[in-house]
Amino acid sequence: MKRFYLRELAHARAGDKGDTNNIGVIAYRPEYYPVLLAQVTPEAVKRHFGTLVKGPVSRYELPKVCALNLVLENALGGGVTRSLSHDPHGKSYSALLLSLPIEVNNDIAAELEAAGRKPLP
Amino acid sequence: MVKHPRTRTLRIGAGSSYAGDRIEPGADLARRGRLDYLVFETLAERTIALAQLERLKNPAAGFNELLDDRFYAALPACREHGTRIVTNMGAANPLGAARRTLEIVRELGLGPMKVAAVLGDDVLEYCLRHRDTLAMMESGAPLASYAGELVSANAYLGADVIVAALAQGADIVITGRGGDCSLFLAPMVHEFGWRLDDWDILAKGQTGADMVECAANVSGAFFADPGYKEVPDLANLGYPLLEVEADGTIIVTKLEGTGGIINRATCAEQMLYEIHDPASYITPDVVVDFSAVELDEVGPDRVRISGGRGRARPDRLKVSVGVKEGWIGEGELTFAGLGALDRAKLAEAVVRERFRIGGIRIEELRVDYIGMNSLHGDASPLPALPPYEVRLRVAGRTREKRDAVKLANEVETLVSKGPGMSSLPRKSVREILGIVSVLIPREAITPSVQMLEAG
Repeated sequence: MKRFYLRELAHARAGDKGDTNNIGVIAYRPEYYPVLLAQVTPEAVKRHFGTLVKGPVSRYELPKVCALNLVLENALGGGVTRSLSHDPHGKSYSALLLSLPIEVNNDIAAELEAAGRKPLP
Repeated sequence: MVKHPRTRTLRIGAGSSYAGDRIEPGADLARRGRLDYLVFETLAERTIALAQLERLKNPAAGFNELLDDRFYAALPACREHGTRIVTNMGAANPLGAARRTLEIVRELGLGPMKVAAVLGDDVLEYCLRHRDTLAMMESGAPLASYAGELVSANAYLGADVIVAALAQGADIVITGRGGDCSLFLAPMVHEFGWRLDDWDILAKGQTGADMVECAANVSGAFFADPGYKEVPDLANLGYPLLEVEADGTIIVTKLEGTGGIINRATCAEQMLYEIHDPASYITPDVVVDFSAVELDEVGPDRVRISGGRGRARPDRLKVSVGVKEGWIGEGELTFAGLGALDRAKLAEAVVRERFRIGGIRIEELRVDYIGMNSLHGDASPLPALPPYEVRLRVAGRTREKRDAVKLANEVETLVSKGPGMSSLPRKSVREILGIVSVLIPREAITPSVQMLEAG
């Protein structure tokens, strides 16, 4: 088993509604989707975001497009309009998600390394 | 007017996705897109509340400030090709926008043309009358419990009233608040004669509409990540268009010779953008289930969207209520070189003490070290070395404007009275226009069409 950033396996976009942030995360390849299902869990995401997300994290699955939708509540400093953050929408949160370390099997690791991607130390 | 439902492919372009969006991509679509319809979406959640404040100052204002630019650039080509326009550039004043549009039509000598204003989304009176019983979606508390002054309340109207305007022969339909996707769904319903209670066909239409309602966000905008996701010619992004068939099959594509990219990845990111449960995407027209949607690349920059399903539309409509919530004062300055972080920290300590000495009343204060952890807080990894540059940002929310001004001034004063070797500061003071949401029954709303004609 080797570890890579989620960025090597998936891409993501974040959006906002009030004080809720959502992140769509999409596997680059269908064979990465089960890895996402197993490791990009609400618990793992909540832990990774720490104090940034004050409410619960929920997850929805979209197997047809190999994607997950993560919904992060109480995550935008009280709401987009009154937040004092200079990213009140949390549009950059997708970049934080992609820095989540993910364990992959040897086949996927070999494939990623052949493509020039570096495992985590 | 459509006598027989259409059988040919319907082409609908997306010319903009926010109030200040670029002009030329929409004009390019008008010229080269062989479009039946061109949609200009320009309203974010807060845009109407801001426009309402403008309208209070000037009753003729309150609609999109770039309406002239968009129409001067696109109308001649739309007229030449018989392309009809649907837009929410009306913001807080659709009738004012329609009147201005007539003037432009006359000036350009494009008449005769019919311009429809869609009215009825303004429900401020209703919300004020029922403020004791309307519960805010965010907190569950009644609207009346909100401390701030209500400045606007606009319901998200559906496609039905736009369809009515098109059936009356409007060449241009100008709305205020409505569902963004409804701007695209309305032409499909009108042209193909789809029933407004055929939930599956409406859901297919809305799934296509959702792909393009943020315009270039499906064609390469907010997507590029060098080495991972490449976007060709990003500076010349082409805005998207839909090719819609009568059975709800939809292809999203863009014009040849434009920059950007449309593929499964861009479509998947856009489909999941700003949604909660993908099986229940609520629009005024239908509740859409995206969970079985399939995206197939059928050609270069061509993706077929299929598998959208629908359930009955909601009985109540969402209303965005604009609320004055106080003020934000803020200031920033940058430290660089050896000891930059230490000087920034001393500056923070000084400014906090100055706020105390000055008796500035601050409801919430935030201090950021930009370059280190300002976007992701505690979740940011610790830097291995002290940063070479740090931008100190101090922002505070206050009830009164004078406190926000004092706060910003104290940050500004750091440059001459704080630690040394910083850049000159920048400061700003702005009023907070918050948005809360309530649901109101459909019966409380009477959408209508007012038709203006230029001879």
